[in-house]
Amino acid sequence: MSQTINQTLQLADTCLILGQRNSEWCAHGPILEQDIAITNITLDLIGQARNFYQYAATLISKNENKNITEDTLAYLRTEREFKNFLICELPNGDWANTVLRQFFFSCFQLLLFEELEKNSDTQLAAIATKSIKEIKYHIKWSSEWVIRLGDGTEESNNRINNAVQQLWPYTGEFFMPADYEIISVSSLKEKWLQSIKDVFDEATLTIPQNIFMQSGGKDGVHTEHLGYVLSELQYLQRVYPGAEW
Amino acid sequence: MVKYISLNQIEKIYSLLEQVSDPEIPVLSVLDLGMVRDVICKEEEVEVIITPTYSGCPATDAIAFDIKLKLLENGYSKVKVTYTLTPAWTTDWMTQKGKIKLKEYGIAPPKNKTANQNNSRIHKMLFEEEDSIECPRCQSRNTVLLSQFGSTACKALHQCLDCKEAFDYFKCH
Repeated sequence: MSQTINQTLQLADTCLILGQRNSEWCAHGPILEQDIAITNITLDLIGQARNFYQYAATLISKNENKNITEDTLAYLRTEREFKNFLICELPNGDWANTVLRQFFFSCFQLLLFEELEKNSDTQLAAIATKSIKEIKYHIKWSSEWVIRLGDGTEESNNRINNAVQQLWPYTGEFFMPADYEIISVSSLKEKWLQSIKDVFDEATLTIPQNIFMQSGGKDGVHTEHLGYVLSELQYLQRVYPGAEW
Repeated sequence: MVKYISLNQIEKIYSLLEQVSDPEIPVLSVLDLGMVRDVICKEEEVEVIITPTYSGCPATDAIAFDIKLKLLENGYSKVKVTYTLTPAWTTDWMTQKGKIKLKEYGIAPPKNKTANQNNSRIHKMLFEEEDSIECPRCQSRNTVLLSQFGSTACKALHQCLDCKEAFDYFKCH
């Protein structure tokens, strides 16, 4: 039971924190249509997070005989309790950095959810099936941006290359197993690399080699950035406990 | 003891549901959208099972509330609205009537069926666009995609090159 709870929380936290980061672009996107695109992706991520949190809340409430809701889990847990991947909590940086992170993440999320869809836990499988439809839009959109920037101007190429250098060390964590994970994540690595390479080739980008990989997020050991994300995200519930819309 | 519920009773509930609309696209009822998966009557209780469209659609909670309100107003004292995620919602469930209403409202209805098609044809290849979508205003097919993401999660933004109007397209999902 606690394995499923931890796994579900990891999926929820990951979607929530990336959604929260992306939402910072709201009203700051490079042009209106892209502002709407990134915030639509945010909405999908927050929706996925809610589905996972609601499921985790049901499991925890039953397990510990307490009344836990999705809000308790999103708003009242601390940094060390969050299990999201480190890459999700990193500051947005520029547009290149934001779209590249979305691309790395969405490609991984698709592979992970295609496995989750086959899992014997029917609720996790149902959330995965529903999310996959949305993730495919995210992959198409972010892939096109990576190609547009990589194979664009000298400036855009520099920007996306810088983003590759900054983000690559955070991609290894996808494939480092945590003891509660129900999917064998290390087995997804080859497929993921292939999907990255296909787009990188078109974008005239190269995959970095022999880079030290950061990890810790899955076990609650985060960068200095997560605390700031949470302090903003959780502010209202911390200051006005139980506040409702 | 389960009381005998006539077919009439269920029909009556469906006709009330027909009056509950999507707050973001008020011409569509929850039935047009294919969101209502089942209606179960047990003793005095009515349970309406709905499925959300997109995971993050903010209208879902409002719709559940409106369904409950509509039934309570019409004399059903115990009403429960529950969610189901399987099978995942698809635009294939949208009614023909709903598609006509959408078009009249100025939103191009989903063009294709997703069922029985290869997924890659629904999710276009990179930089590939949806086959031309008919402009809901002037019926021209000379239209382009402006953005795969539109004013709500379920819509993409297109533009007609003849009448020059931008319009929403309810995308196949």
